[in-house]
Amino acid sequence: MSERARMAVFGAGVLGFAAVLVWGLGGLPDFGDFAGRYGDYLAHTSVPQRHATSAISVTTFDFRGVDTLIEEFILFTAAVGVVALLRTGRERDDVAAEPESVRRPTAQSGSLGSVATALVGPGLVLGINVVLHGHLTPGGGFQGGVVLMSAFLLIYLGGCHIRLGRLRPLAAMEASEGVGAAGFALIGLGGLVIAGAYLENFLPFGRVGNLVSGGDIPLLNIAVGLEVMGALLVVLGEFLDQRLLMRKGEA
Amino acid sequence: MTAVQLVALVAVALGGTAVVLAHEPARQALVTGVYGFALAVLFLAFQAPDVALSQIVVGAIALPAMILYALRKIIRREEERDEG
Amino acid sequence: MSFLPYGVAAWLFVIGLYGIVTSRNLVHLIICLAVVQSSTYVLLLAVGYRSGGTAAIFADISTSKVTVDPIVATLTLTDVVVEATVVALLLALAVQAHRRFGTLDPNEMGALRG
Repeated sequence: MSERARMAVFGAGVLGFAAVLVWGLGGLPDFGDFAGRYGDYLAHTSVPQRHATSAISVTTFDFRGVDTLIEEFILFTAAVGVVALLRTGRERDDVAAEPESVRRPTAQSGSLGSVATALVGPGLVLGINVVLHGHLTPGGGFQGGVVLMSAFLLIYLGGCHIRLGRLRPLAAMEASEGVGAAGFALIGLGGLVIAGAYLENFLPFGRVGNLVSGGDIPLLNIAVGLEVMGALLVVLGEFLDQRLLMRKGEA
Repeated sequence: MTAVQLVALVAVALGGTAVVLAHEPARQALVTGVYGFALAVLFLAFQAPDVALSQIVVGAIALPAMILYALRKIIRREEERDEG
Repeated sequence: MSFLPYGVAAWLFVIGLYGIVTSRNLVHLIICLAVVQSSTYVLLLAVGYRSGGTAAIFADISTSKVTVDPIVATLTLTDVVVEATVVALLLALAVQAHRRFGTLDPNEMGALRG
């Protein structure tokens, strides 16, 4: 089909679709007029029943935990897909060594390198704080995991590489991703064994406002944080031909 | 509807249009960063701070970084092919 | 005026679709897909919003206050992070397609061969 014919068909289709969409959205309750009772019930029973002050966290990891498990495995599968696509391609090509200015993107800019390196520590602390306080304040595994990922990305932008001694950093990130994904599923099994239903909250709930409260929600937050951080770093590492995380001894 | 929500909605609509109309992928990566930030402000105005936190890091940092790294990989391969 | 959030969501969806159909570059196409995704986030949060409500975090407010819906916030926040990785997967596919066909133009790419 020629270009113009295709655009004409698309134009007609999208106009019809937009008309139906606007008509359908017009039938929704007015903006600001939310009348759902399930949402209210979840919001107002999260503190009395689970002793965790963040109703969103309780909804994510306890009341709707199975949805989060599935989303987490979508994340895991997408990361595995990226690795499968890009790693086999690289072994067939011969990737030439990159010039210094490309491999260390901020080698010429001293100020950018210093600022990036200086922000790594605070970024890591902030990420760990956000992950651990997920059941009390806005935050949690997903948010803290991406903050941790950006802290590690700053190391690369600062012109350095991560060196973990004998442990291969890329293997560490893959292990973190695997531990997170498996950890979530296994904690759910604990719920099945002890409390009778998969992903049921089975640990003691503690006092409202304590760091250790909310049952297994802090553990699930940690698992998700590890997984999100690991998956995103593995993906970014593949795009950078693994220059993001290099072994000790490689220049 | 509060004023912040109104401004944020307009900014998001304009930002989305700008992202689509930026045809160069490298330029589009930067516009995506700004659009992600506008979305985060909108989510905050809708009283969803958790979502805004995720969106700030993902939409303004991770997504433009991934686009630029993918472009870099493609351009490097093109250069190698031109040399070889 | 109260239709504006839904209108913005519909507009983002349509403009993203337009970008996908008229795109000349696979990477540009993938970002337009991300715009379409973000229209669903705006719609979800607009549906769950309650006037005068606050976020459903009770760390410093009493538990009887009016809040917005926590379920749509849950759905959206997991979706935001997962979408980033799915976009990465699509970008990896684009990189491999460029390896295979030598171009990023969807119109120039040949048909799939078995």
